Formats: sequence, structure tokens, C-alpha cells
Amino acid sequence: MHNLSTAPEPGEAERDPQPEKLYEARAAVHNKRIDGPFRRFKWFVMLVTLGIYYVTPWLRWDRGPYAPDQAVLVDMANRRFYMFGIEIWPHEFYFVAGLLIMAGIGLFLITSAVGRAWCGYACPQTVWTDLFQHVDRFVDGDRNARVRLDAAPWTWGKVTRRAFKWSLYAVIGFATGGAWILYFADAPTLLRDFFTGQAASIAYITVAVLTLTTVTLGGFMREQVCIYMCPWPRIQTAMLDEKSLMVTYKDWRGEPRGSVKKAQKNPGEFGDCIDCMQCVAVCPTGIDIREGAQIGCITCALCIDACDKVMAEVGRPRGLIDYATLEDCEREARGETPRPPWRTLLRPRIIAYTLIWASIGLGLLFALGVRSHTDLTVSPDRNPPFMLMSDGSVRNSFTLKLRNMESRPRDMEIAVEGLLGAVMWSDTTRREDAAATQIVNVAADQTQTVRAYVMAPGGTPAQDFAFRITSQDEQRETDTVETRFSAPGDQP
Amino acid sequence: MANRRIDKPTGTETVGHEWDGIEELNTPLPRWWLWTFYLCIIFSAGYVVAYPAWPLVEKGTEGVLGWTSRGQLADELGAADLAKVSVREALARTPIERLPEDSALMAQAVAGGRAAFKVNCSQCHGSGAAGSQLLGYPNLNDDDWLWGGDPRAIEYTLVHGIRQAGDDETRFSAMPPFAGAFEPAQLDALITHVLSLSGKAQPNPAGAQTFADNCAACHGPQGEGSRDVGAPRLNDAIWLRGSSRDDLRAQILNPKMGVMPKWEGRLDPVTIRMLTAYVHSLGGGEDFVEVAADPAVDVDAQP
Repeated sequence: MHNLSTAPEPGEAERDPQPEKLYEARAAVHNKRIDGPFRRFKWFVMLVTLGIYYVTPWLRWDRGPYAPDQAVLVDMANRRFYMFGIEIWPHEFYFVAGLLIMAGIGLFLITSAVGRAWCGYACPQTVWTDLFQHVDRFVDGDRNARVRLDAAPWTWGKVTRRAFKWSLYAVIGFATGGAWILYFADAPTLLRDFFTGQAASIAYITVAVLTLTTVTLGGFMREQVCIYMCPWPRIQTAMLDEKSLMVTYKDWRGEPRGSVKKAQKNPGEFGDCIDCMQCVAVCPTGIDIREGAQIGCITCALCIDACDKVMAEVGRPRGLIDYATLEDCEREARGETPRPPWRTLLRPRIIAYTLIWASIGLGLLFALGVRSHTDLTVSPDRNPPFMLMSDGSVRNSFTLKLRNMESRPRDMEIAVEGLLGAVMWSDTTRREDAAATQIVNVAADQTQTVRAYVMAPGGTPAQDFAFRITSQDEQRETDTVETRFSAPGDQP
Repeated sequence: MANRRIDKPTGTETVGHEWDGIEELNTPLPRWWLWTFYLCIIFSAGYVVAYPAWPLVEKGTEGVLGWTSRGQLADELGAADLAKVSVREALARTPIERLPEDSALMAQAVAGGRAAFKVNCSQCHGSGAAGSQLLGYPNLNDDDWLWGGDPRAIEYTLVHGIRQAGDDETRFSAMPPFAGAFEPAQLDALITHVLSLSGKAQPNPAGAQTFADNCAACHGPQGEGSRDVGAPRLNDAIWLRGSSRDDLRAQILNPKMGVMPKWEGRLDPVTIRMLTAYVHSLGGGEDFVEVAADPAVDVDAQP
């Protein structure tokens, strides 16, 4: 980087004929097609991840007549989050927070164990960039053809080609954004509404925005997102150490580089690297791995495939570029045998991450299993806090919220506890029917607001008491809320 | 212009001026910024023509679109009213007696009434409708009603008001002032008797006699009051103007009687109906059907 703080002296300026450039233009990456075990693994991961993304909204899950039957659904309108057998209400959002924490620690775990595997295989930016690069290859041909076309003047043929390619980009972008909205409403209905122009405007806006971002990020910005925009590589850089698995060029074996001919003429003077530049040609981020570990390397291992192929052709052992830890490289360079890969996994750091990750997961599952599907909140009227009735008794008013998280309507009994002689009625029952308990029917998967009037005999002092609700089914779930009964002379 | 030159270390042109050996690089604005700026100028020219813009002496230019913020507010209020029109129509159609049967409509009426209450009624009755003993505004949450607490009686009170001159159907009652009518001892005995009606004092035969002679005609022999004539109950725990001996003495000698505006003509019938529903829902409202079935209370004449 050019250091701006040390500006050259006026006299020095004349002596510096080649000014250093402050900004570097992007050199387009035209990566070459390659086949090999890692490329095939990348195909597999792409298939699985895209499959999950596009198939999930269409999975059905029977939840009975009162809830939607979409397996994974973020129901914004009704404020429910469905994921197979799990239903999350807004007040239980900590489950989602827990999932996000698990995802974060999962990334730490993966990074410690196998380096930047997320970046190399599963990150959406990687998957979509890969997809767009295949489109490039499909339309414009392989590396050399694309380099030529890029440099060629804008003829009609090039314009047609570009228009066709960019319309394919747009189709992919549209499919990406289009699938995203299916997670937020009933997929079959939304799809029909979308194409008949009846979907909500937010659906069209979301698809438009996501189409644009997909085409921009995947079609045009590509590796620049990883190198300049994404914070994750920076965090990972801090997490990698000499025990981390990464794609490594074994310079002690490869250097000095020399072609096969040179090596034949001067045996023993050159390393294994024949400087064929195939590792650079296949790299989707356009780096030279032989310069060592760098932020641009997403460890997709395509250079390993390329190098192995070349090594096989020239009859040298594979693995000049390979997944290896720095420690193992040093060991190998000293002539010792490298340790088996599983040894790098059994490290305290990885074990600790695994334990943390698993215990959060188990904790969430446990909390999910024992959570109550019945909940009560009470808010006492403060204006007026109490009411003197004509027979001298004292009445307090409360707003109760009864939550029924079962997907069936349930009767709930509201009882007043710890207030001697108190009776209650509600806005839906008559005062004549006032009693110590009331039964309220709460609709399936809903919160019911009840105005409750609690009346205690005259002379009852201000005191704490509790509302208890009990579901009238086999579960008999209860929830108790302490609150205060106000009376004349109350000094809170 | 002065002598421009290319600055070698940066490759950038200078502006061509030099002050004591200090030169400035010419770093033009980014092109996109400049174009955005030009577009803003073009936009503003159109905006000035289309919308109110230039302040003049009397008033500003009006703009060819005729837009005003007041007009927009009126449109939005109109749209809000339009959204409520079906509820209002349903409320206008439904007699107040039938309203409690339609719980959805009732809930909307209560919500509308709550808002109207805050605007029109809370000044006297308080935002929680708890009234004020100090000022003599009745509490609307309790079960003690001077003029009846079923929906129809409440609506009648709202429509005609209390002690409103010029309305023949207004709620009206008057307690005569008894200043100078009683000896001090006689008055003390009367006060004791009135307090004894609700168990606040020991029975007092002399006071009972005075009560029967002077008060029972309106307040009833046991102090049970009468809604027909708007005489308050004296044998309950609720005292609009206080229950101390001094409070009672003041009220006997020189009674205070509250007034309430008639809302007919000030509020539309639907808003009055919503207010009725809200006041009735506060927890002290009486059941219309039951009161109607009670022959002792004639709800039909003046509910």
C-alpha cells in the first residue's frame, strides 16, 4: 500500500518518474474448467445447498386445521415461525437467537477443524459465484475464449453474447429472489398470486431487490465480495494458526520453479513446480496460491485438482498443492512423516467448540421440550386503582392476556388465589355469575385478552394475590402471576 | 487560467494557483455525484412549479398541482372516516338494547367510545372515568347510578344531559336547601340517622322522624333513593359529595347539584352510542333486560 503520510518532498517528486497507483482496477477472473475430486465435491455441495434452498418451501407438515401446513414458514403477518415440529412465538425469539449463536459457533468450529471450508464450499456467495462462472463458461467458452472476448471490441456478436449471458444472470437472480419469498407465505398460493399479479407489493419489491443483489454480487462483484466486503475472512484470519488445515503450496518441494525441459537439462537444480500456472488459471478468486496463505484464498481446493493433474502428467507425486497445516508442512520439510489428518481434529480448541456448540443445542432442545404452552400476563388498572361498590365491597379491574400455544382451542380456568372472599367476573360474563373462578375459551394458537373484575368484601386491605390459569385438558398446564389488590388507604 | 501542470507524485492536475509555494491539486467531484446534483437541480425546477414553494408577501406560490398539507390531512381523515363507515352504519342501525348481543360490534363501539370519552368526557369524569369526589363528578366505574345504568338509561343521559335548561326531557331533580329549617340538635340527629342507613352510625329515633318528615318523599323511607326523581341512594357505601358529618351538613343546608351538558347536537348519534357502550363496559353497567323486567323501575317513560 502506498503510504500517504510520507508524502515525498517537493524535490523528491522529480526523481520519482513512476508514481505509485492509489487504486487498483479489478482484473476480471476467467477461471479455467477443471475436473477432480474437489471439483466433484463442490458440485455435490452446490447440488445439496441449492436443493435445500429451493425444495424447503415446498415441504408440507401437517399441524392440524388451525395452523399452516408449510414445513418451514416465517409467518410475519401472524407473527409465528414454523420449522417442522417447532413453532416459535415472538416472545420466544431467543430460540432463534440461540440458533444464530449455534450457527456462529458452528462456523468457529468448522474454521478450527478444516479451515475456511465454509468459504470454499457452502457460502451462498461461493455457490452463486460458481453458478455464474458456469454460465460464463456455457455462453462464452472456457478461459482463453473468455479472455479474448473480454478484450475484443464491442461488435454485434459480443453485444448479443453479453445480452444473452446477462439475461441468464437475471433469470438466476430472479429464481433466487423468487424462492426467498416462498419462505414467508404459503408457497403454492404465493407462487400463483405472484404470477397473476395478486401478491402483496412487498413480495414484488423483495424479489426485485434480491434479483438485483444476486446479479450484482454473484454476477459482477464475485470475489471482490469475499476480499473487500465480507467480514468473515478477516475474523477467520485471526482464528487460523499453525494447526489449521488450509490449502498450502509446499514451497520446500516446489521451489525453485522450472519447466520440465530445464529440469531435465539441470537435474537436481529445480523443484517439482513446473510453473505451468494451472493453479492460477483455475482459481475462482484469481490468486496465486504459491504466494502463500492469503485473504483471497477461499480454500475451494480447485488448485489442488489442477496441480494433481499436472503432477500426474509429468510423473511426479501428487500433493504439491494440498490441504495441510503449517505444522505438518514444517514437519514434512524436515523430512519427518506428517501426522494423520484426524490428529489435527483432536485439539482442545476444537473439542471446546464442539462442547459449547452441542451444549447450546441440547439446552435449546431441552427448553423447547419443557416449555409451557400456556401463559398468562396481568396488568392491573391504575386509573382508578380500585373502585368502591355500593355495598361497600372493593373492586379492582385487570387486563389479563391468556396465551394458548396449542394449535387447538382450549378452555382455561382463571382463578383468584390468596384473596379471601373474592369473586371475579369478566367482560364476557355477567356480574350475577361472579365466582372465585371463571372459564374462558381461548382460540387455537391465539392470545385472548380478558377484562377481569375482582371484587373483595368491604374492609379487605390492600394485599398481594395471584391469578392462576389452568388449561382444561389432560395436560392441565398452569401459569400463576402475582399482582396487587388495591383498596382504600393503600400505600404502595 | 494560470499555469496548470501535472503533479508528478500523484499524477493529478493542479488548479494552477500557487500561494507561497503551496499548490492545490484539482480533484474534481466524482462524475456520478455531479450528475446527481444536476438531476436534483432539474427536479427542483419542476418541484417549484408543481408544489407550493416561494414565500410571497400575502401567501406563498400555490403550485400547479394544488397540493396543500391541510388538504392532505383532510384526505387522510376522510379516508380514515371511510374505513369506519361500515361500523358507523351498523351502529346507527342497531338499537342500543340490541348492541350487547353483537359482541364484535360492541367491542368496536367500546373502542370508539374510549377515544371519544378521552376527548369529550375526561375533563370532568377523569381519564379513567373515576370522577372526583372533591368536585362532585360521579364515578362511572361503580354500580351506583343516579339515573340508571343500563345502556338505554346511559344513552338517554348522554343525549339530554343533566339539568340542562331548554331541554324538556333533560334529567332534572332539585333538592331544596334546608338552611334555617332545623335546630342544630335536630340537624345532628338527622345526620346521625342518614349515616346509620348505611351502618356508619347508631340508629337515632329523633333523626329518623325528621328524615321521614322531610327527606323520605324523594330519598325513600330507607334512603334507597329513586332514579325517577334522581334522588341518590343514601343507604350505600358511595357518597358523591363525601360521607363526613360536615359533608352531609353542607349538602343538607345548601345542596350542590351537578350538571352535565346534553350531547345531542354536539356529538352525532353514533358517537353517543359508542360512548354509551364504553361507559357501560367500565364494569358497573347494568343489564338492560333485567332492569326492564323489573316493574319497580319504569324504564320506558324516562329510563
